[in-house]
Amino acid sequence: MAAHLSYGRVNLNVLREAVRRELREFLDKCAGSKAIVWDEYLTGPFGLIAQYSLLKEHEVEKMFTLKGNRLPAADVKNIIFFVRPRLELMDIIAENVLSEDRRGPVRDFHILFVPRRSLLCEQRLKDLGVLGSFIHREEYSLDLIPFDGDLLSMESEGAFKECYLEGDQTSLYHAAKGLMTLQALYGTIPQIFGKGECARQVANMMIRMKREFTGSQNSIFPVFDNLLLLDRNVDLLTPLATQLTYEGLIDEIYGIQNSYAKLPPEKFAPKKQGDGEAKKLQLNSAEELYAEIRDKNFNAVGSVLSKKAKVISAAFEERHNAKTVGEIKQFVSQLPHMQAARGSLANHTSIAELIKDVTTSEDFFDKLTVEQEFMSGIDTDKVNNYIEDCIAQKHPLIKVLRLVCLQSVCNSGLKQKVLDYYKREILQTYGYEHILTLYNLEKAGLLKPQTGGRNNYPTIRKTLRLWMDDVNEQNPTDISYVYSGYAPLSVRLAQLLSRPGWRSIEEVLRILPGPHFEERQPLPTGLQKKRQPGENRVTLIFFLGGVTFAEIAALRFLSQLEDGGTEYVIATTKLMNGSSWIEALMEKPF
Amino acid sequence: MNRTKGDEEEYWNSSKFKAFTFDDEDDELSQLKESKRAVNSLRDFVDDDDDDDLERVSWSGEPVGSRTRPGSFQSLSDALSDTPAKTYAPELGRPKGEYKDYSNDWSPSDTVRRLRKGKVCSLERFRSLQDKLQLLEEAVSMHDGNVITAVLIFLKRTLCKEILFRELEVRQVALRHLIHFLKEIGDQKLLLDLFRFLDRTEELALSHYREHLNIQDPEKRKEFLKTCIGLPFSAEDSAHIQDHYTLLERQIIIEANDRHLESAGQTEIFRKHPRKASILNMPLVTTLFYSCFYHYTEAEGTFSSPINLKKTFKIPDKQYVLTALAARAKLRAWHDVDALFTTKNWLGYTKKRAPIGFHRVVEILHKNSAPVQILQEYVNLVEDVDTKLNLATKFKCHDVVIDTCRDLKDRQQLLAYRSKVDKGSAEEEKIDALLSSPQIRWKN
Repeated sequence: MAAHLSYGRVNLNVLREAVRRELREFLDKCAGSKAIVWDEYLTGPFGLIAQYSLLKEHEVEKMFTLKGNRLPAADVKNIIFFVRPRLELMDIIAENVLSEDRRGPVRDFHILFVPRRSLLCEQRLKDLGVLGSFIHREEYSLDLIPFDGDLLSMESEGAFKECYLEGDQTSLYHAAKGLMTLQALYGTIPQIFGKGECARQVANMMIRMKREFTGSQNSIFPVFDNLLLLDRNVDLLTPLATQLTYEGLIDEIYGIQNSYAKLPPEKFAPKKQGDGEAKKLQLNSAEELYAEIRDKNFNAVGSVLSKKAKVISAAFEERHNAKTVGEIKQFVSQLPHMQAARGSLANHTSIAELIKDVTTSEDFFDKLTVEQEFMSGIDTDKVNNYIEDCIAQKHPLIKVLRLVCLQSVCNSGLKQKVLDYYKREILQTYGYEHILTLYNLEKAGLLKPQTGGRNNYPTIRKTLRLWMDDVNEQNPTDISYVYSGYAPLSVRLAQLLSRPGWRSIEEVLRILPGPHFEERQPLPTGLQKKRQPGENRVTLIFFLGGVTFAEIAALRFLSQLEDGGTEYVIATTKLMNGSSWIEALMEKPF
Repeated sequence: MNRTKGDEEEYWNSSKFKAFTFDDEDDELSQLKESKRAVNSLRDFVDDDDDDDLERVSWSGEPVGSRTRPGSFQSLSDALSDTPAKTYAPELGRPKGEYKDYSNDWSPSDTVRRLRKGKVCSLERFRSLQDKLQLLEEAVSMHDGNVITAVLIFLKRTLCKEILFRELEVRQVALRHLIHFLKEIGDQKLLLDLFRFLDRTEELALSHYREHLNIQDPEKRKEFLKTCIGLPFSAEDSAHIQDHYTLLERQIIIEANDRHLESAGQTEIFRKHPRKASILNMPLVTTLFYSCFYHYTEAEGTFSSPINLKKTFKIPDKQYVLTALAARAKLRAWHDVDALFTTKNWLGYTKKRAPIGFHRVVEILHKNSAPVQILQEYVNLVEDVDTKLNLATKFKCHDVVIDTCRDLKDRQQLLAYRSKVDKGSAEEEKIDALLSSPQIRWKN
């Protein structure tokens, strides 16, 4: 079903099966035919763990999106609401329940909170007079959702804002719970490393939770050797830069949601006449070609695609050589695979063309030049012409903010005069109400005045070798290929932790925000691992506050290094890019 | 009848005052026991007050007394209630199974643990301030935001504001949760009180200002913005807030005036270029563009004149020129464009000058599909030769390219350019004439 989840070093299908089981159990509690009313946001993540067929097997006959007013007609015994614990959704649910036709057949209502039941929400339902209408009110702790063989995400869009702006640790609590679930399935992780305030909190919560569960010893042989918890605010820089891997660029330009991308249909062969809808493609390692190219620098994708094209057309040419019945039979047996490969190749050639249109544009080049100047430490302390132009031409505000924040981060804050200038230009051009957004960015540390008049970035850059001048995009030798020169700080920290250890970079760790720490979770002797010579360690790296596809690519690059010594499984609160990140920090009306 | 404030606090924080909890309406025995105890404790405490006096109002202004009435029932959900307890509606009961292991003697830490597991338990039993704070500390140490919020709702309801704020000030994690929670439920009043208490003045100001986003009516929004002026923003932001107010005030005047002009149908510009949208709530630069588009020639005295906007909002030259250029170019008012860059020196000579650089002027003109003759004029004014050549090539200003190549004595480039002009065109002829001219000493 989801074979690609078991390709990796850790079989994440085990987790998927566990969450599927829990879902089935809940559905069976509500005996009889059912309709599910979905909080639209959840359908994406749920799609990764269960198809409609699973629901159907458990008597789910209809599905609706959660909307105001009356529920659509459905001749079912149970109506189940699948929702995130959000107040505004409770209001809609109440409307649905209250407008239920009393004369019709009696239907049972249930509510499933994902990932967590909320006392606040139940209170709201009660205030609206409908709480008692629900027979089952339960939670479905879908904390970590398997996205790929080496990738897990909580898909919690508000996590960064909650943790770093509001100081609300709820999503950290979920992260810790997710980690406990993982340990229940894959064994206790003997060593925990971390950097950052939130990392510290999560480690504390895990240790506490473990203490509370002492009743049952975990007797599973540990799969993970280490856990590395990283705060996003330790590395604010990386997501701001434009990702230059294939997958990263698809995400930057079209957005990848729950492993699907919606692409403009023009460059794809239409399925049927008048098919003007966006082309929706699923992108994961189940597709062989995609697994091969997604983490490459975009400049290296073209040559792979053209080589593949040659191989495939040669394979099709083979039919002329097939003379005997046996040969023809063999050719035919390969056809489905070849056709799938051809379809996949056609799709990615089209996507690559779409991306190329963007990356070869003058503006993309100018933007990249400025980003790279900032990251390599050039002219970060004065007003930048390109940014000024972008504002004057009213480029999208998010683009402008990304650049200004990047400059600020690469300069350890902007000079007051420069900051005031940008602020003024932004407010006058995009509207004064963005004062609120600017304030949020400042609070999150993304856009701030330089304090103490000292720029620490050069020290960090040099010590961690964040800028590499000689980058090889085709056959990379260093993680810096993912940004064509810039090595993501977060991944560099992971790399240095595995070899030679963080002791070598104490000074930089002190400059970066938050504590760094190490904890051990003792294992009973029977479960202690004796590593075979040459056997790689497995590190689970958890990005608290989000991770980008380029960082994931860099970690996969490290996993594949022959003498790397460490393979990574990546977990995060949210898969994100600079734009979705900034957008989540913008203030909107209530 | 009136208690002193000290009494009131004691009333709410005293551990002597035992409340009762009915978590299961069917359990008559416990109901009886509880109600008896409650009545007794009431008797001890409120000796000469009559029953009605229990329906009192706490210092935060919320009625708090009704729940102490014998005969009104409590469930967990009531425990969270933000409003005076209502009569217990039978259908609000929880599935029975959840009550089985219910006990009344849980410690704060047991209670928090149960809450965390989503099980039923009442917080009402925790009467003393000390118990309540212990409950809060337990919740915070679990890090479970859901439970922290539940406890905070309970504290918010049962403690007077001053005590709640005072205690949270020394409990930062809980404080942040409360702020987040107040934002979420939109309890702006308490939020502002809290910021005021904490002396977090900038947040107070921003939080108040934020409310304007929810006001649709322009007049009301303007009035609201007026109340923001003078709030303790940072010095920079103060000026922006003032500008925000002034801008909306202007926009309201301009909008009324222009809507009238447009519907009267007497003004040419509005007839030719009907307005696509209202100018209300648009950013400053957009407003300036609008005013350069519809009100360019107006005297400085009117609110809608560009010069007036420029002065009022101290719009920098660069910004002003860019916006005016875009507006006038859109109207194809080349004469205005020309005037924008013409300066006279004291001898009366005219000179072309562009604070934004002529390459930008050219780009903007091109975007507004200016004819080649106009473009050419400005391409020629670009100082840097390479930029000039690039722009001229990009926008097909053949004469500029040809002349520049000639001036550079760059035969190769001219030769290469020959292939880009139409066969048999005047440009081709011009190139050929140059190439065969013996007077030019080509560098290549």
